[in-house]
Amino acid sequence: MIGAVHISPDGLTGIYLLSAICFILALKALSSPRNARYGNLVGVAGMVVAIALTFVVQKPGHDWVIGAGMGLGALVAVPAARKVPMTGMPQMVAIFNGVGGGAAAVISLSEYLHELPLGVPAQKGVEILFALVVGCLSFSGSAVAFAKLQELMTGAPVIYPGQQVVNAIVALAVVALGVTIVVTPHLIAIVLLLVVALVLGAAVVLPVGGADTPVLISLLNSFTGLAVAADGFVLDNMILVVAGTLVGASGGLLTKMMSDAMGRSLPNIILGGFGAAPAGGAEVAPGAEGRSVRSGDATDIGTLLAYSRKVIIVPGYGLAVAQAQHVAVELARALEARGVEVAYAIHPVAGRMPGHMNVLLAEANAPYEDLEEMDQANDEFPSTDVALVVGANDVVNPAARDNPGSPIYGMPILNVDRAANVVFLKRSMRPGFSGVDNALLYDPKTILLFGDAKDSLTRLLAAVKAS
Amino acid sequence: MINDAVDLLVVFVLAAFVGFEVISKVPSILHTPLMSGSNAIHGIILVGAMFIASQAEGALQMVLAFVAVFLATLNIVGGVVVTDRMLDMFKGRQQGERKAPPDKADPKP
Repeated sequence: MIGAVHISPDGLTGIYLLSAICFILALKALSSPRNARYGNLVGVAGMVVAIALTFVVQKPGHDWVIGAGMGLGALVAVPAARKVPMTGMPQMVAIFNGVGGGAAAVISLSEYLHELPLGVPAQKGVEILFALVVGCLSFSGSAVAFAKLQELMTGAPVIYPGQQVVNAIVALAVVALGVTIVVTPHLIAIVLLLVVALVLGAAVVLPVGGADTPVLISLLNSFTGLAVAADGFVLDNMILVVAGTLVGASGGLLTKMMSDAMGRSLPNIILGGFGAAPAGGAEVAPGAEGRSVRSGDATDIGTLLAYSRKVIIVPGYGLAVAQAQHVAVELARALEARGVEVAYAIHPVAGRMPGHMNVLLAEANAPYEDLEEMDQANDEFPSTDVALVVGANDVVNPAARDNPGSPIYGMPILNVDRAANVVFLKRSMRPGFSGVDNALLYDPKTILLFGDAKDSLTRLLAAVKAS
Repeated sequence: MINDAVDLLVVFVLAAFVGFEVISKVPSILHTPLMSGSNAIHGIILVGAMFIASQAEGALQMVLAFVAVFLATLNIVGGVVVTDRMLDMFKGRQQGERKAPPDKADPKP
């Protein structure tokens, strides 16, 4: 009988310590490929222990609200997380992070309402408002990031004149409202603060370019951690402080690692590193119309591949969309069987999340040692006969290296233009996720094969086998 | 129960150090799974939502508590399932283990 179990509040803290250790071990394991899966399980164990014990120990009340909320939550989350295709993972992380921030904000609001009749002391007021504001930022910011990645809105940066001034004013309004509320607690003011904080979260994310969104999601993830920690102070709850702080700190560090992997600085990403975009983008487009592209047929390209000495496959988002990883690997095997040297060049942010391509190719059983990271691949392109670009664009755009006026200037790229031939498998002439035109498409040594990546690769495979 | 703000502050500072140290070196292929995994961990806010629910007074606080529990559950369950699916993709590689890179194993001086 649960009723017979008496755990003192001190006992609860002791058991929370167990959960805290689980979370630390989980983060540790998640950062090495060998133990990552085990890490996720240890995290779940920590959570189950903390939640079950909280349920047993805390004074009973409104259990049906808790049960209904958890039941409905699980009912919605499991199918959503199971059904989404691998290509949609980054936006799922965004939305599941956003709801966590939302929960943190709602909790602090509810606690504020609970305390209001008795008067809210300044220290508690600060803790509550911090959780509220940061939670709201994370919620609305994640919602906009989700909309960008899900293509409910444009993935390109949304920029207007004076944007940073407007954002600064909104941020100041948040601070001013916060100070006012701490000095004189007031219900209407806190609702207003909630709205302004939501606006700020969306406003900060709007100018961030689609390709930078994963880094931003990581930052918002760290924010949610901090909001959770603040709620831990509000509710005097040790496990919330520990878990929230762990995520806040490790998430901050992870954000830095991710932006370093893209060769971008974090302020650059957040403050609209693409600020120069409209001018640069407009200049490129008219020039593009005058140039012609060379499109080939599958038989020609298949022959070119079959008689090459060395081919490097460069996968991108298009490969993920078309679920073409298995055919790509099959093509590589067919070429290797003919004595062609084949490797895969993986850009750290190809696709829409770091590691996206590694994951897909691993699924298709591509040999681990054939996956080359950016630096290694860039050493090899000059001695490569054909760079086969499957549904990638921005990560091979030489403008990022050569054209200081380009919005993506400074992003490290795979130098496929240094290979003797470049073959692009593309659905259309549509530019990449960043919305920037790619001059390499018009290069004389480039051949385009239009169509769905899986379909094109299947035709290339047939052509290679036939030649 | 630790209910002294100073005690919590000590916990906070120590946890921040642990958070920084524990993920000091992460290969780029694990950036996204790690982000997703830590995303699930802050779903522990569910504990806070349960507390709010237990002390709720009146309809408004009740509704807020329900919303908080619902959102926090989405965070945990969705975060864990998404992370699991991402990590699932690494299974194939684990069996092969890391073979030494066959080509150009650069000779040590």
